[in-house]
Amino acid sequence: MSSESKIYFYPIWLRIWHGINALGILILIFTGINMQYSNPNFKLMDFELAVNLHNIFGILVSVNYLLFFIGNILTTNKKYYRLKLKGLTKRLKLQVIYYTSGMFKHQQAPFPLSEKRKFNPMQKVAYLSVMYLFVPGLIFTGLALLFPETIIEEVYSFSGIFLTAVLHSSLGFLVSIFLIVHLYVASIGKNPADNFKSIVNGYHDISGH
Amino acid sequence: MLESEIRTPAFLFNSRAMRSYFQLFVFIISICSISGIKAQEKPMTPENELCLKCHTNQTFTFQNTLTDAEDKRMMNPLYIMNKDHFASGVHGKFKCTDCHSSDYETYPHNAELKLEPLSTCLDCHGGDEQYAAYQFEKIDEEFQKSVHFQKSGESFTCSKCHDQHYYQAKSRTSSEVSEIVGFSNEMCMSCHSNNNKFHLISDEIKPELNKIHDWLPNQELHFRNIRCIECHTEVVDSLSVSHNILPKEQALRNCVECHSKNSMLIASLYKYENLQNRTSEGKLNTIIANKSYVIGAYQNPLLNNISILIFLMALAGIGIHLIFRIIKK
Ligand code: HEC
Ligand code: HEC
Ligand code: HEC
Ligand code: HEC
Ligand code: HEC
Ligand code: HEC
Ligand code: HEC
Repeated sequence: MSSESKIYFYPIWLRIWHGINALGILILIFTGINMQYSNPNFKLMDFELAVNLHNIFGILVSVNYLLFFIGNILTTNKKYYRLKLKGLTKRLKLQVIYYTSGMFKHQQAPFPLSEKRKFNPMQKVAYLSVMYLFVPGLIFTGLALLFPETIIEEVYSFSGIFLTAVLHSSLGFLVSIFLIVHLYVASIGKNPADNFKSIVNGYHDISGH
Repeated sequence: MLESEIRTPAFLFNSRAMRSYFQLFVFIISICSISGIKAQEKPMTPENELCLKCHTNQTFTFQNTLTDAEDKRMMNPLYIMNKDHFASGVHGKFKCTDCHSSDYETYPHNAELKLEPLSTCLDCHGGDEQYAAYQFEKIDEEFQKSVHFQKSGESFTCSKCHDQHYYQAKSRTSSEVSEIVGFSNEMCMSCHSNNNKFHLISDEIKPELNKIHDWLPNQELHFRNIRCIECHTEVVDSLSVSHNILPKEQALRNCVECHSKNSMLIASLYKYENLQNRTSEGKLNTIIANKSYVIGAYQNPLLNNISILIFLMALAGIGIHLIFRIIKK
């Protein structure tokens, strides 16, 4: 593996953000499941502890999100997220075909990663919706639940808190699904561990793509 | 927070969904309060004054026939009665001597009176049309299945919970949930938080209520808002109050039983609770310890299944992909 095939993909601030975020989200999902399905007969952890951890890590992940948001404004990292709508469906189709058949025939990836392209179109759409829709949605509803006086009392005779809580847990569910797929897709590469190493040391080996 | 769902309005307002007996309970209360069954203040019969002269005071005086002097003595504190509670009880119009022997009118009470068997609830109410609505016989039947009766037999009488002097049918006469719950739970607590009364029945060491229930967060709040029998009895559709106290292994533990179905109720209470806490405790502390998570998925079977399906589909997709990756390597 020559050093030229390695590019510095993940700057240090991004890796710190990603590390905190990964830990935080895992704890949030675990404690969240615990609260949602609270049942002392099948107890993963103490209820009060789950509540406190969920609140603390919720706040931590929210503050951390600011790092991601501001980091992307200030650095060039934002360019990877730019999504051209024109021809998007076509590009997505190509990527899907690659994932479902091309890669098994050892074909070339349609959108090989380079200094200019960190994400393939599918990743782009997924990351954009998770990072700019789901996670902010979770932060908003989560903070609202921490400060329930800010929530509108009634929305067409529904309790506002009720709706907020449903939204919060639904988004949480979607992020959990995302996480599972994210971890799996990350294992696709020359070596299943490659991508996990990259997000720690920052370097990505593009020779495999 | 996996598999969360959104309840449809139809579900929320569907009265069939109110099957949980906690809800049934609230439901009955509201019906009763609407139909206006209220206890009227009943004045006590004047004959009782004779007994109450002694039985409501710390001390009593009587004519000592031997010394022919007036003696003043201390009253046994357990025999001091509460006149107001008696008057507002279901038997408030009774003369003491309707139940107790009229020989009690003299003091010193005849020692033989201690042997007098007193009527039980069933002796008077059993088979009486007038009280059919209460279903005394059915209650008796259920009670005989309960752990109390099974373990302690006849010595555990109805009166151990229902003081014949003071009993009120609160769940029929009151519209305040907190009052009903308080009154009902006091029946259990009067024994389960009182060693002396407990040892009337059992020689075992009384388990501490708050230790037994330490798995239940906000214990105090729960005990103020739900009746012990909500978790400790089995529902009998035809009875408004089930009397079959189940063995502890069968007590209700599942938070979701109550919390998912009453989420509307609880949601509206969250806010109040939270704001109250924040003013009384430290700010940061209460934000971290904030309990605004509505416990229990808002469980709607359809949406629950959909989310499980999505979850399984994701796993299946990954599994199949993985197999291909291995085969085609
Ligand atoms: C002069 C005071 C006095 C009067 C009047 C009086 N009691 Fe008592 N009663 C007592 C005292 C004192 C005791 C405690 C036991 C004892 O000293 O015999 C008692 C005990 C009792 C007991 C419990 C007996 C037992 O040991 O199980 C009953 C029941 C009772 N009284 C009923 C009545 C009734 C009913 C009346 C009215 C018809 C009445 N008493 C009138 C003073 C009185
Ligand atoms: C509806 C029937 C009923 C009426 C009316 C009634 N009692 Fe009793 N009383 C009982 C029963 C039953 C007991 C025995 C309680 C037990 O064993 O748990 C009892 C017990 C007592 C005792 C013994 C202490 C105790 O609480 O166990 C006293 C004293 C007493 N009654 C006084 C009175 C007085 C005074 C009145 C009138 C104001 C009165 N009772 C009216 C049924 C009645
Ligand atoms: C000595 C007979 C007697 C005994 C013992 C007795 N009761 Fe009663 N009870 C009555 C009578 C008579 C009334 C009606 C009183 C009235 O209308 O003021 C009544 C009223 C009631 C009521 C109210 C009924 C209504 O609709 O107003 C309830 C509830 C009740 N009793 C429960 C009990 C329970 C529970 C016990 C046992 C702990 C019990 N009773 C023991 C005779 C008795
Ligand atoms: C372990 C305690 C306990 C025992 C023993 C017990 N009860 Fe109850 N009973 C309760 C409780 C708790 C309630 C509910 C009171 C409430 O919420 O207002 C109740 C309610 C009642 C009611 C009112 C029901 C209604 O529909 O409003 C009647 C009548 C009654 N009991 C009769 C009896 C009879 C008769 C016996 C004896 C066979 C008995 N109870 C034994 C605890 C007990
Ligand atoms: C939220 C449901 C719930 C409520 C409310 C509740 N309990 Fe329990 N209780 C339980 C469960 C579950 C157990 C079994 C605990 C265990 O075995 O670890 C239990 C156990 C008990 C035991 C058995 C103790 C032993 O180990 O022998 C007693 C007695 C008891 N409860 C009394 C009460 C009384 C009295 C109240 C009302 C003040 C009450 N409970 C309210 C759920 C409840
Ligand atoms: C007069 C005392 C007394 C009253 C009132 C009483 N209990 Fe009990 N309870 C006992 C005793 C004593 C035991 C231990 C078992 C036995 O010997 O009956 C017990 C046991 C229990 C148990 C444990 C059963 C097990 O599996 O070991 C539960 C649950 C319970 N009670 C619930 C209640 C509830 C709920 C009420 C109120 C509706 C209540 N008790 C009222 C005395 C009482
Ligand atoms: C029998 C029904 C019932 C059961 C079972 C039950 N609860 Fe509750 N719970 C209630 C009610 C009613 C309230 C009171 C709501 C209020 O006043 O805020 C409450 C309040 C609470 C609260 C505080 C108010 C809130 O919602 O923030 C928490 C936390 C809570 N319950 C957690 C639990 C947990 C965890 C379990 C399972 C171990 C559980 N409950 C089991 C009925 C129940």
